[in-house]
Amino acid sequence: MSSQMFFQQLVNGISLGSLYALIAIGYTMIYGILRLINFAHGDIFMMAIYFAFFGILTFGIPPYVCFALVIVLTGLLGMTVEAIAYKPIREAPKITILISAIGVSFFLENLATVIFGGRPRTFPEIAFFARNLNFLGVYIQSLTFMIPVITGILLFLMLYLINHTKSGMAMRAISKDQETAKLMGVNVNRIVSITFGIGSILAGVAGIMWGLKYPSILPLMGVMPGLKAFTAAVIGGIGNIKGAVMGGFLLGIAEIMLVAFFPTLTGYRDALAFILLLLVLLFKPTGLMGEAITEKM
Amino acid sequence: MGILEVNNITIKFGGVTALNSFQMDLTKGEIFALIGPNGAGKTTVFNIISGVYKPTKGKILFNERDITGMKPDRVTSLGIARTFQNIRLFKDLSVLDNVLIGNHVHIKSNFLEATFRMLKYNKEEKAMRNKSIYLLERMGLAQYKNEKASSLPYGKQRKLEIARALATDPELLLLDEPAAGMNQKESDDLARFIKELRDEFNLSIFMIEHHMQVVMGISKHIFVLDYGILIAQGGPREIQNDQKVIEAYLGVESDA
Amino acid sequence: MKKNRIVSLTIISILLVIVLLILANNILNPFYLRTLALCAVYTIVGLSLNLVIGFTGLFSLGQAGFMAIGAYTTSLLTMSLAAKQANFFVAPLISPLNKIVWPFFPALIAGGLLAAFAAFLIGTPALRLNGDYLAISTLGFSEIIRIVLTNIQRLTNGALGLIEIPTTANVWWTFGAMGVTLVILQLLINSSYGRALKAIREDEKAAEAMGINLYKHKILSFCISAFFAGIGGGLLASLLGSIDPLQFRFLLTFNILLIVVLGGMGSLTGTVLSAFAVTIGTEALRFLDGPIIPNVPALPGLRMVVFAALLMISILLFRSGIMGTKEFNWDGLLGFLKRKPLSKRGE
Repeated sequence: MSSQMFFQQLVNGISLGSLYALIAIGYTMIYGILRLINFAHGDIFMMAIYFAFFGILTFGIPPYVCFALVIVLTGLLGMTVEAIAYKPIREAPKITILISAIGVSFFLENLATVIFGGRPRTFPEIAFFARNLNFLGVYIQSLTFMIPVITGILLFLMLYLINHTKSGMAMRAISKDQETAKLMGVNVNRIVSITFGIGSILAGVAGIMWGLKYPSILPLMGVMPGLKAFTAAVIGGIGNIKGAVMGGFLLGIAEIMLVAFFPTLTGYRDALAFILLLLVLLFKPTGLMGEAITEKM
Repeated sequence: MGILEVNNITIKFGGVTALNSFQMDLTKGEIFALIGPNGAGKTTVFNIISGVYKPTKGKILFNERDITGMKPDRVTSLGIARTFQNIRLFKDLSVLDNVLIGNHVHIKSNFLEATFRMLKYNKEEKAMRNKSIYLLERMGLAQYKNEKASSLPYGKQRKLEIARALATDPELLLLDEPAAGMNQKESDDLARFIKELRDEFNLSIFMIEHHMQVVMGISKHIFVLDYGILIAQGGPREIQNDQKVIEAYLGVESDA
Repeated sequence: MKKNRIVSLTIISILLVIVLLILANNILNPFYLRTLALCAVYTIVGLSLNLVIGFTGLFSLGQAGFMAIGAYTTSLLTMSLAAKQANFFVAPLISPLNKIVWPFFPALIAGGLLAAFAAFLIGTPALRLNGDYLAISTLGFSEIIRIVLTNIQRLTNGALGLIEIPTTANVWWTFGAMGVTLVILQLLINSSYGRALKAIREDEKAAEAMGINLYKHKILSFCISAFFAGIGGGLLASLLGSIDPLQFRFLLTFNILLIVVLGGMGSLTGTVLSAFAVTIGTEALRFLDGPIIPNVPALPGLRMVVFAALLMISILLFRSGIMGTKEFNWDGLLGFLKRKPLSKRGE
């Protein structure tokens, strides 16, 4: 393979990895404070894409305005899901909450099927993002470069939020010890809601960029990216935002490289994420950057 | 005759040294106590003996056999049983089932023999039932045998935990604060009861306890722990008069 | 109730079921008959999942994968040589499978055993993980199984799937298997090993402290569960006559999970009831996917929306499902019929 092709695939991998990273941040934040795998997160990502699609094509809203609206809407969707499906059973045994998460996921997937129809749609192309740039002799969509940049900016904002704001401190407190945080005056309900909102907003941004990059839309399109983003979060160390991003890049690059170097194994590209997930869970469950949790007897 | 040797156990959790070179020898057939202020590391000692934690340094010998780092189920099968500070019964299961489960560790039938009710298993099951009902009667809990464990009042739950531990046929019984939440009369009854159990079931008993009456009343030998270090040991009279022990519990006197 | 009465009542009800099945066989059309048989199949798989989730407290999401193994094993062993030739036109089936044909029963058992073996391989590492992670790992394994089945053309015919599977399974096979499964699981759960499993569910660390080897018992539960799921898969393949990997994606596990949750995690009776309800309901509610109101276009997916909503409502409001952790017994039924409050003692 020529170095040009390799470079092109590498850039693709970084781009895909950024998208996984953005979705992974949502998973990791929610797991960090609630110890819950939000199965529905990938479907919230999917809903964002449909919101954008319908916003632009059916309602004729100008793209950038639409994007802003979609981001807000997705955040609200996430907060609504939390309020209905997770908050009422927060004290219940873990299995109950997990089942509820699966239920929400299925509900959203099929709701999307019912409302938006099961046949594939095509996401509108936005000229600014579709422009091809010539970089080192290779033609690459400008979008492919913008995705990692936007992801980087958002990551920076997230880290600032977590480490330098009161809300961020509250989030960290809750993830360490919910009871004590409550006793120290932290409004757990509000912070949990905010966390879901932020995670969903990030998923919304990822959705918009995904739609622009991979225009084929289906109601079940959130399932695989969701699972892969979760894998990324675990690889990086669940609960750790930097880890989630790192995991995302690792997974994205690995996936693209697999398809690039071993085209006959393309059918197994989805299995790669699962295999990596299992390897991490079995050999280093705390992930590359995570910390172990010990139970007090 | 020594039943348990705790040789120079040190355990660190991250930056905290919970136990530092803790040394302890227990002889067979006696009642021993472990006391000390809260957070001294007492339950950690239990956890290390029963296999929940692996010590950073040191060895545990049970009947001269090295059991350091063995998993809890293995330790129990060798003859050490315990109760928990925060009562960990099988809440949704019946009182009888809780005790029956204690018998499982010594079952000889495999799951196929058990599932298909082979003669070998039926005999074992009958024996387990008889033994469990006897233990319940001994604890005064027989009339509750089909009730959910969580429906019992606190004091009876503690007794159930002891019955469950006894069902595992232990030689050494670790009791973690058996008298917690009891009033004067109840703890006196408990103290007497522990002695009876020791005699009837040929046990050696090691207990963590805060009720000094119970401790001083029935213990042969007492170990005092503070900040993970053994600061004193001896018979009840010695410990009661030991300056270091008094300081550990009450702090140093402020006036001369 | 006197023991003799219990035995007679039980025998009478079994005879009643047999009579009803004979009637059904003669009266119902093939479609309804197949739905009835499907009820039994889903009961078997639901029971298998309940064993791990409801009785042992392990959140496993891998049933679809085990069913797939059972389905493919049974199919590949029972398909006629001609059928195999016809199916594997892209790439020939590997030897010795392309030369052998087994009778149904051994093929079914083989499927169950292979699934149990897969469970052993998967469970040994995976069962070390706690709740959420176990769920995700078993889901991952199930998906890996499906993806592998989709890709190894020479063994499974890949995405094309298999057709012309001998349809040996019928109401007798399926109900018979269901009966056997119920009896075996009931015996297991009421034995000392069953109690050990329940102890693990209640409080894993306390169970370990009472001498119960966690790994041994968890893997036992996991493998037995996979065995029955594999049997269910084999019966499914034989009932439908054709299978493909897409049938065994997460949606299938979700349906089984729904059955277990609705019926009550920890109640075998509940699983039987809800399996029948959900299977019949799935068919009955198929109309939701088609045009309901004249001139209003069909809304495919509405059925699943309803089911997902059902799951949510069930988990949010009726945490314990239909039966909770209670099992059927004649005294209970009598009490229920006479509207007397059930005695506080016993179940």
